[in-house]
Amino acid sequence: MADFVQLWVYMASTPLFGLTATLVTYVSAQAMYARLDHAPWANPVLWSVLMLGVLLLLTRTPYPAYFAGAQFVHALLGPAVVALGWPLWQRREALRRRGVALVVAALAGGAAAALSALALGWVLGLPADVLRSLAPKSVTAPVAMGIAERLNGIPALAALFAVLTGMVGALSAKYLFDALGVRDWAVRGFALGTAAHGIGAARALQVHPDAGAYAGMALGLQVLLAALLMPLAARFIG
Amino acid sequence: MQALRGLAFLLLLQALGEALARGFSLPLPGPVLGLVLLLAALRVPALRAPVAAAADALLTHLSLLFVPVGVGVITHLAVLSQYGLKLLLAIVLSTWIGMAVTALVLRALLARSPETPAGDDAGEGDTHG
Repeated sequence: MADFVQLWVYMASTPLFGLTATLVTYVSAQAMYARLDHAPWANPVLWSVLMLGVLLLLTRTPYPAYFAGAQFVHALLGPAVVALGWPLWQRREALRRRGVALVVAALAGGAAAALSALALGWVLGLPADVLRSLAPKSVTAPVAMGIAERLNGIPALAALFAVLTGMVGALSAKYLFDALGVRDWAVRGFALGTAAHGIGAARALQVHPDAGAYAGMALGLQVLLAALLMPLAARFIG
Repeated sequence: MQALRGLAFLLLLQALGEALARGFSLPLPGPVLGLVLLLAALRVPALRAPVAAAADALLTHLSLLFVPVGVGVITHLAVLSQYGLKLLLAIVLSTWIGMAVTALVLRALLARSPETPAGDDAGEGDTHG
């Protein structure tokens, strides 16, 4: 038994642990998701985070020890943000034709999400640094962290709020759009990508190719608009 | 090999973006500048196939990339237990508001323009499903 504990302590302290745990958990969660016919509540990000979180808490593994391995997955977020240029470029014809409508919708939706989060948080009495971390939550996590830093928020909290936002969007979009009577896959995808960034876009991709394409476009646009406008807006609001 | 070449190119653009952002203290994050650079670079036809391969691999498994940050929730359990319900309320409602506003605005704008019905132009070269 003592040997096993020693082995565990050794394993948990090498990067191998974080990387293996992340991939094995995600692949299992993804398999469950596929088996459950992509039900919104079976979202693989949600279940991977829950299972890994519980695993770390139960084994008393500190987060930095886990991240030593998981950072290799995390590091791919940077090139993934750059790669968002590809779906944008692929749809350049649609962007040219519908550009104005898409940019206006992205601006309106992005502003509505950020301002309503700030207003709700303020009404509910959340502290200022938490509020500033809440503003960029509809932007994909790595960019949200950068924006929160510029707004004097807490980057780690911003990333967490962005991930939560993505999960809320991926879980509830179907019901919300059905209730609103929005049936056009392009519109559904675009709205999901705008308000729920990469996790929403990943969901949209699984549901319908049109929805996925427009979600990818929305995600890229939101990144550009928010990264440009949020620090500017913050300067005026103070 | 194509995907690997594409990944190397994407990383190069990200590094270039970071250098530009820091060098000229621009308000955009490095990867976002990399995205803009990619849009310009894709005019070169030879770059398209490798970028497509790498982008497809990265974007198909995009949700995996959020897991490490998401697990970071365990380091903020104090903030969450203190403000958890309020945070959840603010996040859920504002996400719904953001999705509803985007969807309704876009639907209204597209309905006004006498264009082809939505979805027609979305098929070009897309292999996701």
